Amino acid sequence: MRTVLARWVVLAGLVAVWELVTRRADNPYFPRPSVIAEVIHERWLSGPPSHLFLTDAVSDDVLPSLVRLLSGWGIAAVFGITLGVALGRSGLLADFLAPVLHFLRAVPPPALLPVFIVLIGLGSTMQLAVITFGVIWPILLNAADGARSVPATQVDTARTFRVSRTQWLLGVVLPSASPKIFAGLRISLSLSLILMVISEQVGSSNGLGRSLLDAQREFSLRSMWAVIVLLGVLGYLLNSALLAVERRLLRWHLGSRGQLADIT
Amino acid sequence: MHSRHPNECTTVKRVSASRLKSGAAVRGAIGVAAFLVAGEVIGRIGIVARNYLPPTSDVLAALWRLLADEGFGTDVLVTTGNWLLGLTTAVAIGVPLGLLLGSVPMLNEISRLVVEFLRPIPSVALIPLAVLIFGTGTQMRVFVMTFAAIWPILFNTIYGLMEVDPLAKETARSYGSGRLGVALRVSLPSAAPFVLTGVRLAAAIALILEVTAELFGGGGRGIGTVISVAIYGSGQKDVVLAATLVAGMLGLLANLALEYGGRRGLVWAHQPGGVQ
Repeated sequence: MRTVLARWVVLAGLVAVWELVTRRADNPYFPRPSVIAEVIHERWLSGPPSHLFLTDAVSDDVLPSLVRLLSGWGIAAVFGITLGVALGRSGLLADFLAPVLHFLRAVPPPALLPVFIVLIGLGSTMQLAVITFGVIWPILLNAADGARSVPATQVDTARTFRVSRTQWLLGVVLPSASPKIFAGLRISLSLSLILMVISEQVGSSNGLGRSLLDAQREFSLRSMWAVIVLLGVLGYLLNSALLAVERRLLRWHLGSRGQLADIT
Repeated sequence: MHSRHPNECTTVKRVSASRLKSGAAVRGAIGVAAFLVAGEVIGRIGIVARNYLPPTSDVLAALWRLLADEGFGTDVLVTTGNWLLGLTTAVAIGVPLGLLLGSVPMLNEISRLVVEFLRPIPSVALIPLAVLIFGTGTQMRVFVMTFAAIWPILFNTIYGLMEVDPLAKETARSYGSGRLGVALRVSLPSAAPFVLTGVRLAAAIALILEVTAELFGGGGRGIGTVISVAIYGSGQKDVVLAATLVAGMLGLLANLALEYGGRRGLVWAHQPGGVQ
């Protein structure tokens, strides 16, 4: 409890220092945090109480971005975990695909943006494809790694009991791989935020990436900072939500290990 | 998609390690070949127009032309140079900061919230701001790369320090090592594999950001600039894909080099540490 309080005190202290420094420097490139907060409030949080104080701009900037991010990430999770577990349990499949997968992972996803644009055209499908393609690799490789390293005792026990294929996959392999899978999911979540912004900067009529582009064209540094801060807050909230889910689902694992490796 | 049932894996185990390894290389090569052939077939049968998704042979021809072009060599050098500079900056800040936060748990605890707000900020969102402040040159690119690449290094360093065997530290202390001695002779070597994993991840991230900054920041030279010129200028998709191929190869090479260097340099570590 005391450390939680201390964390907020440190955060508030840093914001106060930021305020003082920017107030003194009075540089148009670095608006004061109080000004940034005002912009955020005016733009997104000054709506009527019936809308939970959210303005219409929220459904124009924030919601489309969130939907894109979560669906792209969700699709990547489904395919990444399925393919990853298959690769982890089948050495042959892994042999065939490993070099290609490692290469595809190394390709900077933004460089593929033009290819996706001509193949799929501008629009939400293209954005989903870019996000999914960009974030699937950490999930896939972590799932493969986790599925490969099922403890030998568990393999032997499952063999002794002649468990069915479904039981083997859902009851032994998946649980054993889940800590790794969650580590991959967390890395992918922060990557999704990056790719969401990139994909919205080309050919999107709404979303936070688009707002950023508009702010850049208008040389509005205040709006630019406001979007950046909002992205930080969004990222924090998403990550906290995922951590809460992970803590709940992996309680058995935490119990056996003592603590959660909260580091990625 | 078939998962190996526990009853089936005994035969695989008996195959000797070396045969397994060469078999894996052959199968890997087959996989690569199949990938290339698929690209050729899809490009030729006309599911998509040829100038949208050129077949493998066109891309390889474009790659050949690029590699023969002296100017492209400069672009690759610029990208690689900036990338190394960005990665070095991230290491120079991330490792000492990680050592500090990892050895003083109180600092780590109370700074966590600040880190958790800073880390999720997508570095690409910083590109427009960085362009206004630093211009489109190396400085801007290094800033954006450092902001993105520092986190895996920082977290893996902290994690590595937390995993140091307390018994080893106590032993060193009872043999008369001071605080600094323990840190340098026990903690750092034992955390090194974790740090290296962090650097490997950071290298991949920094390359993505360098190419993205070139693509979106405009100006200067680099592989990303070649790609953006090919898109907006001539619309040559084969050049786009060929340049992307080179960027991917750079990332792959760096990953291999760091992995190999880690295995040779950190012989005391049985396996790479940290979180991928």
